[in-house]
Amino acid sequence: MAITHRSRNRSRSASSGATGARTLSGAQIVLEVLAEQNIEVIFGYPGGAVLPLYDEFFQRPSKTMRHILVRHEQGAVHAAEGYARSCGKVGCVLVTSGPGATNTVTGLADAFMDSIPLVCISGQVPTHMIGNDAFQEADTVGITRPCTKHNYLVKDVRQLADTLREAFHVATHGRPGPVLVDIPKDVQIHTAAYTPLRRDTGAVRFRYRPTTRPESKKIHQAIDILAQAKKPILYVGGGVINAGGDSAAQLQKLATKCGFPVTQTLMALGAFPTNHKQSLGMLGMHGTLEANMAMHQCDVMVAIGARFDDRITGRIKDFSPHSTKIHIDIDPSSINKSVLVDLAIVADAGEALRALNQVWQEKRIAKPDIKAWWQQIDAWRAKKCLHYKNSTSTIKPQYALQQLDARTKGRDNVFITTEVGQHQMWAAQFMTFKKPNRWMTSGGLGTMGYGLPAAIGTQIAHPKATVIDIAGEASILMNIQELSTAMQYRLPVKVFILNNQYMGMVRQWQELIYENRLSESYSASLPDFVALAEAFGACGLRAEKPQELESVIDTMLKTAGPVIADIRVDPLENCFPMIPSGAAHNEILLGNEDSDTANSTSEEGMVLV
Amino acid sequence: MYDNEKIHILTILVDNEPGVLARVIGLFSGRGYNIESLTVSEVDGKRHLSRITITTKGAQTIIDQIMALLGRLVPVHHVVDLVHHMPFIARDSVLAKVICPLDKQKELCDHASSFGAQLADKKGDVMIFTMTDEPERIDSFIKSLRNQGSGQRDIDVCRAGIFALDYEEQALQKRKHEADVAPLALTSS
Ligand SMILES: Cc1ncc(C[n+]2csc(CCOP(=O)(O)OP(=O)(O)O)c2C)c(N)n1
Repeated sequence: MAITHRSRNRSRSASSGATGARTLSGAQIVLEVLAEQNIEVIFGYPGGAVLPLYDEFFQRPSKTMRHILVRHEQGAVHAAEGYARSCGKVGCVLVTSGPGATNTVTGLADAFMDSIPLVCISGQVPTHMIGNDAFQEADTVGITRPCTKHNYLVKDVRQLADTLREAFHVATHGRPGPVLVDIPKDVQIHTAAYTPLRRDTGAVRFRYRPTTRPESKKIHQAIDILAQAKKPILYVGGGVINAGGDSAAQLQKLATKCGFPVTQTLMALGAFPTNHKQSLGMLGMHGTLEANMAMHQCDVMVAIGARFDDRITGRIKDFSPHSTKIHIDIDPSSINKSVLVDLAIVADAGEALRALNQVWQEKRIAKPDIKAWWQQIDAWRAKKCLHYKNSTSTIKPQYALQQLDARTKGRDNVFITTEVGQHQMWAAQFMTFKKPNRWMTSGGLGTMGYGLPAAIGTQIAHPKATVIDIAGEASILMNIQELSTAMQYRLPVKVFILNNQYMGMVRQWQELIYENRLSESYSASLPDFVALAEAFGACGLRAEKPQELESVIDTMLKTAGPVIADIRVDPLENCFPMIPSGAAHNEILLGNEDSDTANSTSEEGMVLV
Repeated sequence: MYDNEKIHILTILVDNEPGVLARVIGLFSGRGYNIESLTVSEVDGKRHLSRITITTKGAQTIIDQIMALLGRLVPVHHVVDLVHHMPFIARDSVLAKVICPLDKQKELCDHASSFGAQLADKKGDVMIFTMTDEPERIDSFIKSLRNQGSGQRDIDVCRAGIFALDYEEQALQKRKHEADVAPLALTSS
């Protein structure tokens, strides 16, 4: 087997020809390249090894790019992720050497798992001191190698411009991802000839050229399979969001034409309107019964920009046993990784959808008759898997989110970010997502502390929008310092804490799998979140009774500045449906009446995370 | 040796740049996979290309996955698993240092040449043999050096590691083509 995913040449000098060459310092070159790339925002935190760059900001303030001073470098990366995911542009980060760079690692790993295009510039000790255990030295390229798509250590200022250009190219082409460029302090000071990039001449040829266009033969094969399907399903992943442009519209067009049910991963929510009649909602561990059953029983599955994550598939050997599987993905390494497929199409999800629509039309395929399948799906839907027992005395977290959804429905521009835990899953289940890029959550890495900085980045990209971080009381404390960033830049982000006093998701697993031995999952000594908000200069609100929700939500939405709303919810509520680790889709647990069976989670399941 | 289901020889063409070996190796070490042998050297000075040859053991599915991940590394141009997939030729090289009294040296030299090995150099009692051949032949040569004459003898060995090439014409042809690929316009991000 030979794998040649792309033909490449070494990156040619982008600055061919001597036209317009100027002698600039490395720091100036960085700013010039950022301008070339139309970077409008950079999230950063200064330190010794990036002082030359920060001095440039001071001496020659950019008219096109803003620097946003975060309070922790992890926050800078998540903010850049929120920015990138909500507006489809590349996110930019600037940090110092050593601790500045190591603080970005979680963020970079998060962006790597969720395929978010980022360029992170880190300062490094001067080249002659590298390897000497210099002050604030860390082997940044070594540490970040496995959690970036690519990284560079620039040792010669003459290579700086082209390296940065390649970094932006790699971050944004193919399957997107974070790229780090480590720039020693002396390289920022040394000078070199800088020639502006000339896009018009097409002089740049990058060695990295992933395949984005689908093979026409395979698109035809796919259409033939779809046309024959009796029990089909479209399984949509974050690739459709990443593909950008009109990909979501193409998906809707295809879905409408073929009339197939659509289920979405956590990463995809909004790629297809979740209130559409063909939407089965999210699938996977906490997905809907109808989505998981349909995945299990279908005869044709089309995975579009989705990667058969273990949270989606459950027990692999029982995953969708009877289906013909078509997999569209831009990353050849995602194909046949955990699930063997029948037809693999390596392509950008958007381009593949466009091609599918075109061929469907050319062949004048009639809408397949899948009435029986819809009847079956409707029977599953009738089980109302998201049903929960509401209360008049205690706020149920699900109810709080239904209220939030209802009270934000009228607004045009609502962006939701989350932390990680039960609240995240409930948000995925109970909020409505009609458009792509409106939902920012840490899917692959599951990073607590993601939501607030991501909300900040989102708000920077959409100053007028309503940006809400749906949080847990444990997660929010992981990057609460970023409230200070929100205050400084007057970013009216809303933090909606479903405060159950537990690391709820941990407690739920302990209850269901570890016979309710609640080891270290209680959040003792919680701060007074209202006072905490006020200490930062933000507005703090609290709701303790269901009757108070409405007015707290409305006040939160009306308030001009940042708000923390401390919503005191039922501490012991569990998130259902749930497919326990190591179980198959059709072994899904529904609400409380099923919870006895949960204890039977296999030992095999206990080793899984 | 290659009948063993689990042996794989990966040949990887990469840009010769800092960190490229670490990127490649990281995909093995991150999974706790052992590399049996590794060779790296620049093979095209003009285009700064190096060839990495890795011999490893492992389940086919994991190797396929590692290969796919190798394929998506930016400095990697081409990855092939030679074993089970195409005709190829594999060799290993060895330097072996033996201490041998002067009066027994002639006998040892004859023994070595019966394997096709050559005396690379000698200084007094110290003789250094070299040989390039199929890896199993190298194994038996080394074993025979240890056992030749009376009793076990200590020897010092340095092996280059398995290096291999396929017989494909296409790869060469294709590369000629690549040089003529039209420049790619920079698309805005
Ligand atoms: C950085 C990090 N550490 C640990 C975990 C493991 N973890 C997953 S969910 C969770 C509990 C989250 O609690 P909270 O934020 O209160 O949300 P809840 O589940 O109660 O809604 C923990 C500890 C994680 N995902 N991320």
